Parts: sequence; structure tokens; C-alpha cells
Amino acid sequence: MPPVFVFARLTVQESSRRRLLLALVILTLLVVGFSAWGFNKITTVTRSDGTVLPHDQVSLITSQLLIVITFMYSGVLALSAAVVAGPLISSEVESGLLLSMLARPVRRSEVVIGKWLGLAILVTIYAAGSALLELTAVNWATGYEPPHPVELVLYVAAEGLALLSLGLVLSTRLSGITGGVIALVAWLMAWIAGVVGDIGTGLQNSALQNVGTISHLLLPTDGLWRGAVYAMEPDVILAALRAAGTAGRANPFSAVDPPPTAFLAWVVVWFGLMLTLSIWSFRTREI
Amino acid sequence: MGVAAAAPAIHTVDLTKRFGSTIALAGLSMTVPRGEIFGFLGPNGAGKTTSVKLLLGLLKPTSGEAWLLGEPIGDLATRRRIGYLPELFRYQGWLDAREVLALHCELAPLPRSSWKEEIAAALDTVGLTDRADDRVSTFSKGMQQRLGLAAALVGKPELVFLDEPTSALDPVGRHDVREIIRGLSDRGTAVFLNSHLLSEVEQVCDRVAVVDHGRVIASGTMDELLSGTAVKVRVSGLDDSARTRLAAFGPLDDEGEHLTFTKLDIERVPELVSTIVALGGRVYEVSPRHQTLEDRFLQLLHEEDS
Repeated sequence: MPPVFVFARLTVQESSRRRLLLALVILTLLVVGFSAWGFNKITTVTRSDGTVLPHDQVSLITSQLLIVITFMYSGVLALSAAVVAGPLISSEVESGLLLSMLARPVRRSEVVIGKWLGLAILVTIYAAGSALLELTAVNWATGYEPPHPVELVLYVAAEGLALLSLGLVLSTRLSGITGGVIALVAWLMAWIAGVVGDIGTGLQNSALQNVGTISHLLLPTDGLWRGAVYAMEPDVILAALRAAGTAGRANPFSAVDPPPTAFLAWVVVWFGLMLTLSIWSFRTREI
Repeated sequence: MGVAAAAPAIHTVDLTKRFGSTIALAGLSMTVPRGEIFGFLGPNGAGKTTSVKLLLGLLKPTSGEAWLLGEPIGDLATRRRIGYLPELFRYQGWLDAREVLALHCELAPLPRSSWKEEIAAALDTVGLTDRADDRVSTFSKGMQQRLGLAAALVGKPELVFLDEPTSALDPVGRHDVREIIRGLSDRGTAVFLNSHLLSEVEQVCDRVAVVDHGRVIASGTMDELLSGTAVKVRVSGLDDSARTRLAAFGPLDDEGEHLTFTKLDIERVPELVSTIVALGGRVYEVSPRHQTLEDRFLQLLHEEDS
């Protein structure tokens, strides 16, 4: 097996043996169970005249609640990716674990790409698995399903991968805890900058709008989150938001348009840059 | 084939490493022939581990050149023929010993058909066969060091770097490691042994180099290095100024009641005794002996300081 895949396999194996996967699966099942129960309650809510809510109204409420729940999932994914990626290389350099392996015929780029790949597989599986469970539970409880479930998974997974890539870059030079904290703060700042950009859009203030745009370029997590939100917005909500004009855009839990193609192209370039930077940084590091 | 096969295991020319303004290694030039057990000695911080890391390509030299098995350092293909036990040894605690060795077989890379035999042989050599299926996280420090040694041995390397290989081992373990090193040499593997345990080096090495402050201050075979005589004297009644005056008899290892003159011609012993008596000392015992590596080492460091 080429070294890249050996390091990818090791990363997956370590997460599994250290019971990180088990913990995530148990927590996800708990959340899915509770949310299914909660969503089911919406269908039993009665109005003052004693009748239950009509299906369209249940779907509307469900769609907006689902966005909030998905934000929690994307948060868990981002936090996990940052916390796991932060020490991915640094801890093994500090402990000496990598020394004997790097003395083998192994390129440092293979270590970096292999570790990224292993964690990327975990992030994608978690995003897809948790989405499948949650959407199935919601569908069972309310009969609702979001308009673009595949895109939803892709955007949420990409958000996790972005945090993983940032954590990996930091991990080539900084200690695990420092890299993890920086990645987390960057994620939160990017989210807040996205909100500031929204307010700029609402107020039609270009300076504030630029804050959002620049933050989307530096760390595309918030832009990807908006893509996930758009994938969950029913047409009726989109129509209402569009009718509200720019004010309808000033909300981190709403998206009127899908992410522009130019942004998605930039995301691909951004991933390439992050990996290149990680490889260069680790290759030039003295161990 | 011809040039590489005939090339020494290690050859360095003016290998130098600086970390900022600190010189970790200053112009290391040496040659280690194939099949030789080479001891690299020095006090802590002398540049021993830096040298190993430079040779293995983990650090980049500031200047100078080096070749391993006839190929320039950093050559990936050459690393297939090299084993390494780091000073800071650590292995995946969530794998068992057999899996760690399989990982090294895979990275080496060895043909999969040979793994089972390689792993069994390596485990047997270091005495870990009984613990082969236990998680590394349950191992003591000494067992982890044995595992590291086993990892360095898979693939029958032509050159093995052992950086303080017995730092976590008990006397039995140290004896075992000496036997393993001799076994490696017998089958033609060159061993580069980094150590500050002088008795250990003295017992197994064909040749040694002594490094201090990043420079090699002496090198040669044991016979070449340990040609002098050391004299140990048991005395009382000498004050500090008297002891200072005894410096005229060469490097002195002062351990209170026991003074060891690490290099003193046997003909000067009567003069030494009369001087001690003249200085008010009482002599209880005088024992000349061949220099040990420790005597020579202390003498070299003394000369270096002065």
C-alpha cells in the first residue's frame, strides 16, 4: 500500500481505536432520537380551535428547525475537525512518534496528504451518516424532506473539511492545543464576519459587505454554511425572503441564493492552497 | 552497484549544523566502514542526536556533505536499507506490538510475504514474543524501547542508528542489547551507536569518536584511544590548594578520597606519591591500571576545557 494510504488508514484506525468514532455515533444517535421526538411533537400541536397544524405549516416550521439542528451538526463537525486536526502532526512530532516513520522511505508530503485524507474520510462519512439519520428521522416524524439533501451533505462536509485543512496547516508548526484553538476561533470569527456581511447587505453598506466577502475568501466555512442553508430552504421561504429585499438576507440562518460558482471554484483553489501550504510547511520543518 | 557496494556505511565531510547562532555540529568529518560498530560519544548537548538526525535527513545541514551506503543523505531509496531507534522512542499506543512492526514492514517497504517471518524474528530478538499481541500502551518504557529496537531491525538493514538504545533498560536488557549489536555486526550490518554510557560503548564498539560542543575531539579504535595508564590514589589530608597543585600530574578526576589521574605515565607514580606526602597528604592505596574509556573521556573533556 502506498505510504499516503498507510497514513490515511492509520488516522482512521486511531480514531476508531481511541473510540472517537464510537462517541460520535452514540451522541449522534441520541440527538437524532431526541430531535425525532421533538419534530413529531410539531405534528401534534393543536391550535385554539383544537385542530392540528396543516401539513404545509408543519413543513415550514420543520424546515426552519432543521436549519438550526443542522447548524449544531456543522458545529460539532467543525469543532471535531479542528480539535482532531490541530494535533494531527504536531503531537506526533513532539512525542517522537513520527521520527522512526520519517526515517523510512516516506516523503513528508505523503504524511500530510495521508493524514488529511484519513480525516477527510471520517468527516465525510460523519456528515453523510448523520445527515442520513437525521433526515430520515425528520421525514418519519413530519413527512418533510429538504429540497436538496445531497447538496446539504456536500456543503456541511466541505465546511468540516475546511476546518480540517486549516487545523492541519497550523499543526505543521504549532502545538496541538494552539492550532485547535486558533482554528476554532477562526471558524467563529468567519461566522460572525458572515453575519456582519449580511448586515452590510441589509443596510446596503459596502464596507460591511466587504468584511463578509473577505472572510469568505480567507476561510470559506460561513460561505459553505450558507450553501447548506440554501439547500434546506423550501421555495415558499425563498420567495418570502426575496420579497423582503435586502433585509431578508440579514440573517445567518437564511440564504436567498446558492453560493456563486466563482465562490465554489475559489473553495477548490483554497483547499489546494491549504494542502500545498501544509506540505511546504512540514517539509521545511526541522524535526 | 560496484561503487555503492564498496562505499562506506557512513561518510561525512565538514557536516555542520547551526540553529540560529548556536552551533550544534561543527564540521563533522568521519567514515564508518561497513559492518563496523561505531560508538559516538559525548556529554549531553554535544551534538550526538543532531548528527544522527542530519544523517537520516530529519534535519538539513547548514553546510557540508554526507553519504550513507554510498548515496547522498536524504535519498529515499537508501532509507530502505537503514534502521533507526530514536532517542525519543514512542510508538502507537493503540496498536499492538505486531501491528507496529507490520507498519514498519509496510513503510520499509518489505514484500508482504516476508512480514510474518520478519516480525517473528524481530520480536524474538528483542524478547517480546510473549507480548506480541498486547497494546503498546500497556508496555513499560523498557519494553517500548525493545519494540523500537525490533522496528529498527526489520528488513535486515545494512546500517542501523541506535540513539541511546539502553536508556530505559535494566542491566539484563542492556546485556541483551549488547548481544543484539554484536549479532548485527556479525551479519555485516554497520551500527552507529550514540551513547553516553561509556562502559557499554567500550564493551561493543570497534571504533569511537568523542564529540563535544559540536566537534569531534578524538576518534580511533579502542586500542588507539586507550593506550595510556590511569592511576587511582586513595588519600586523606589534602586541602583544596594541595589538590590544585596536583594538576601538574595531568587531568585529575577528583572524587574526594579517591583521586584518579586519568593519564599518567607509570614511571611518575613514585614522584606523585612523594609530592602528595610533601603536601601533607596520607596515601593509603595506589593502583595503576589501563585507561578505561571513562578515564580517556574525562581526560579529553578536561583537555578540551583547558
